[in-house]
Amino acid sequence: MAFSRLLWATVAVGLLGGAGVARAAGMPQLNPEVFPPQLVWLAVSFLILYLVMARIALPRVSQVLEERQDRIESDLKKAEQLKGDAEAAERAYEAGLAEARAKAQAAIRAANQAASEKAQQDLGDLAARLAGEVARAEAAIAEARDAAMANLEAVSVELARATAERLAGFEVDERTARAAYDAVTRERQ
Amino acid sequence: MADPLHQFEVVPIIPLEIGGIDASLTNAGAFMLLAVATISVFMIASVRGRDLVPGRWQSLAELSYEFVANMIRDNVGTEGRRYFPFVFSLFMFILFGNLLGLIPYAFTFTSHIIVTFAMAMFVFLGVTSIGIALHGVRFLGFFVPSGVPKLMLPLLVPIEIISYLSRPVSLSIRLFANMTAGHTMMKVFAGFVVMLGVGGVAPLAVDVALTGFEFLVAFLQAYVFTVLTCLYLNDAIHLH
Repeated sequence: MAFSRLLWATVAVGLLGGAGVARAAGMPQLNPEVFPPQLVWLAVSFLILYLVMARIALPRVSQVLEERQDRIESDLKKAEQLKGDAEAAERAYEAGLAEARAKAQAAIRAANQAASEKAQQDLGDLAARLAGEVARAEAAIAEARDAAMANLEAVSVELARATAERLAGFEVDERTARAAYDAVTRERQ
Repeated sequence: MADPLHQFEVVPIIPLEIGGIDASLTNAGAFMLLAVATISVFMIASVRGRDLVPGRWQSLAELSYEFVANMIRDNVGTEGRRYFPFVFSLFMFILFGNLLGLIPYAFTFTSHIIVTFAMAMFVFLGVTSIGIALHGVRFLGFFVPSGVPKLMLPLLVPIEIISYLSRPVSLSIRLFANMTAGHTMMKVFAGFVVMLGVGGVAPLAVDVALTGFEFLVAFLQAYVFTVLTCLYLNDAIHLH
């Protein structure tokens, strides 16, 4: 590519300058008189450039690059560590949660049991009280009935005496009336 | 019409003679110093902030650094690290020489065969010295291709030697020819612009395109010169 371009350039120069290749051969680059000063200043400037680059510029750039690399690495390490911490915290939280849940479950179970025991007991007490009450009521009823019965006997005897007196016109003493009553009652039974 | 080759003329600025040698500071020398100054300011000032997140200039400086560092790592390996400052300086010197030369009225010192040849010879001699220092006589084995019948060796060894010796020639002429050709073409078309008057719009458009193309060439040739230096260095360090 370079050579064909040079050829074209030479042809162009030849056409314009009218001197052809001879003119191109007279390129300033091929004049040996310009060689020494160029070589001297090439050596001087390249030496300066090399020293400046090797001693000053390149170490600074490489330091900047290294610092960045270190920073990135330390940041990554820190992130890794924080991630570990976060995971540990999460595990602790999960464990705490599970423990609390178990505790709550146990408390609920205990409360349930206590409540049901108390209810059982209360039920028993109530039943006993009611039974007592029923027994007392039955006793009262029996007493009342006995009293009523006793009363009924007296009333019956009196009624029999009064009836005899009104219908038959004679008096029956109480003892006779009671004996008759007893006889009738016994007969009926 | 202006001579398209006039731009390659070396003009003394400060005449100087040391020990009978003409050491005048010329426009070429001045542009070499300008390139050195520009590179130094670019590389030092842009990383002064030492920003963790680099700005544009610092990115550019780091990019240059890593570009050459990767080139060496890929082509030479870890042994090439010692030569990084040299290869970096070489790359930047050629690149800035090419780029500065694209500024109108500027001088392109990489368009001079003596400059490119001196750099190529320096690389060639340096690389050969490294090869001999590392491998001693075994370095000569470099010229003996492996896996070739013995009968062919009298033919192949001279070819290998000639191809080795032609390295500095091809290396220097490639850069010189590219820069000279590109700049001459641009100047020729610029001459057409003046000559054709209103019709000069066409060659002007060509020159615009050529300028863009020359930026590519400026970078590419600096890259090619440097990458070949790396390959030669690799040959010297690892032989085959």
